[in-house]
Amino acid sequence: MQTQISKEILERLENDCRISPRNLALMLNKEEGEIKEIIGELEKERAILGYKAVIDWEKTDKEYVTALIELKVVPQRDGGFDKIAEKIYNYEEVQTAYLMSGGFDLAVILEGRTMREVAYFVAEKIAVMDGIISTATHFVLRKYKEKGVIYSLDERADTRNSML
Amino acid sequence: MIDYNKFLSPRVTSVKRSGIRKFFDIAEEMKDVLSLTVGEPDFITPRHIRDEAIESLKKGLTHYGSNNGIFELRVEIDKYLKRRFDLSYDPKDEILVTVGVSEAIDLAIRAILSPGDEAIVPLPAFVCYAPLISLTGAAPVIIHTKMKDNFKLNPEDLKAAITNKTKLLILPFPNNPTGAVMEKPELEEIAKIVKETDILVLADEVYAELSYGFKHTSIAGLPDMRERTILVNGFSKAYAMTGWRLGYACAPDQILSQMAKIHQYAIMCAPRTSQSAGIKAMRDGDPDIEYMKNDYNGRRKIIYEGLKEIGIDCFEPKGAFYVFPSIEKFGISSYEFCERLLYEEKVAIVPGDAFGEPGEGFTRICYAYSVSHINKALEKIDKFVNKIKK
Ligand SMILES: Cc1ncc(COP(=O)(O)O)c(C=O)c1O
Repeated sequence: MQTQISKEILERLENDCRISPRNLALMLNKEEGEIKEIIGELEKERAILGYKAVIDWEKTDKEYVTALIELKVVPQRDGGFDKIAEKIYNYEEVQTAYLMSGGFDLAVILEGRTMREVAYFVAEKIAVMDGIISTATHFVLRKYKEKGVIYSLDERADTRNSML
Repeated sequence: MIDYNKFLSPRVTSVKRSGIRKFFDIAEEMKDVLSLTVGEPDFITPRHIRDEAIESLKKGLTHYGSNNGIFELRVEIDKYLKRRFDLSYDPKDEILVTVGVSEAIDLAIRAILSPGDEAIVPLPAFVCYAPLISLTGAAPVIIHTKMKDNFKLNPEDLKAAITNKTKLLILPFPNNPTGAVMEKPELEEIAKIVKETDILVLADEVYAELSYGFKHTSIAGLPDMRERTILVNGFSKAYAMTGWRLGYACAPDQILSQMAKIHQYAIMCAPRTSQSAGIKAMRDGDPDIEYMKNDYNGRRKIIYEGLKEIGIDCFEPKGAFYVFPSIEKFGISSYEFCERLLYEEKVAIVPGDAFGEPGEGFTRICYAYSVSHINKALEKIDKFVNKIKK
């Protein structure tokens, strides 16, 4: 059961997952202990699934490409799309997997070191699965924004300079 | 070479440049400084307000408006003041739309004061009052507000400062830089003295909406005070609209019409586009105010508690978005404290004496920054304080 306060905690954590329970307590006018308890609950019921940094790998020497794969799928007799989705999302290379409405069924976001690696992965691991009708692979050329964070901005983008 | 001093007005040349200009110049040039120095919201103006301004431009509303401000906006200002502070002004002749509260302050001071008059200024406060008073040839009379009074205006001090030359009391609460507020019972004491001694009040309430844990009272709303008060307020802080340059003055017709004369000749009218935005803000912006206020309030508590944990003496500010801790116990001046903090830890905060000599021994820290930014700065302040404490 999600109360108003847990919703506010989730919103604040989604914005900055490093905010401390103490700071949350001050922001939301609660006791620190209560905040910790609620966060524990939210983790247990898997409303909070993880705490991850948003990273611009372009700033490093890591070689990587990201691809979005559109999949058309024949739904299974029992389990619909879930069975095939599970087979796909269990691959470590798969970052994101969604069931979609519209022109295709599954959207999969993959990361690999090179385009060739990704292309092989799609051809050898995904396209050959039972029930896959077609795949369309789109490579990401540039990331502008992820999880609400704009890549080109940083804290120095504060343009305020009047000091009085 | 021309001797410009021959031409320049002594009233202007004798106004001192802020002594901490140098500090600001250094802070501006240094790289990777964690700044807590600004005097404005970190929010950008709510989207629906910006959109309304864009719409007004698309419609071609690009001409002058009426001198006193678009009538529709004046009507909204009256409604807003009624709704939020239980005040009432006639949009026809008691409300003047200005270029920020800054202009409204200037107009009020110029309309009231002449050479030989005195005006009372409680300090520390926003920097503009004393210079603007001096420009009229009148004399600013300073009252030091004190930490032991939570930087409120002390009625005894006020009484002692009033002479038969006193015409005007500047009442800047909630206060920049101290974060001090004056609540209703405290204002009642001030009002009593104002009435007894027959002076006027210039109430700068630009931070009225940023009052935490209590409801802001305007001195203009106290019995028999409406007729003695020039109320100035604006959009800068409440709606995060500093760059739009929009404010207003409210006063009895006899005063306001004189202020409007200066405004008409010096300014013509406030920016048309900003006025369109202002109408939207006042009609639909109450939830924005509430949202931003709650967010500042959380950060206020984080920085106040954080400073206390570090062992810095600080009174709890109940308004605006500043804390004003005392650094007296470290045995160095405000300027030195801030300069060393800047050089040694790359954190910029403002020396208290930037807001008048009574601010010496204090520093102003603005918390209109993200929580992570505030926490990073607190860590560095902690490190610095431990180093100089010994
Ligand atoms: C106390 C006070 N009054 C007036 C102003 C100026 O406000 P505006 O932007 O409306 O001119 C400020 C700005 O910082 C302020 O702190």
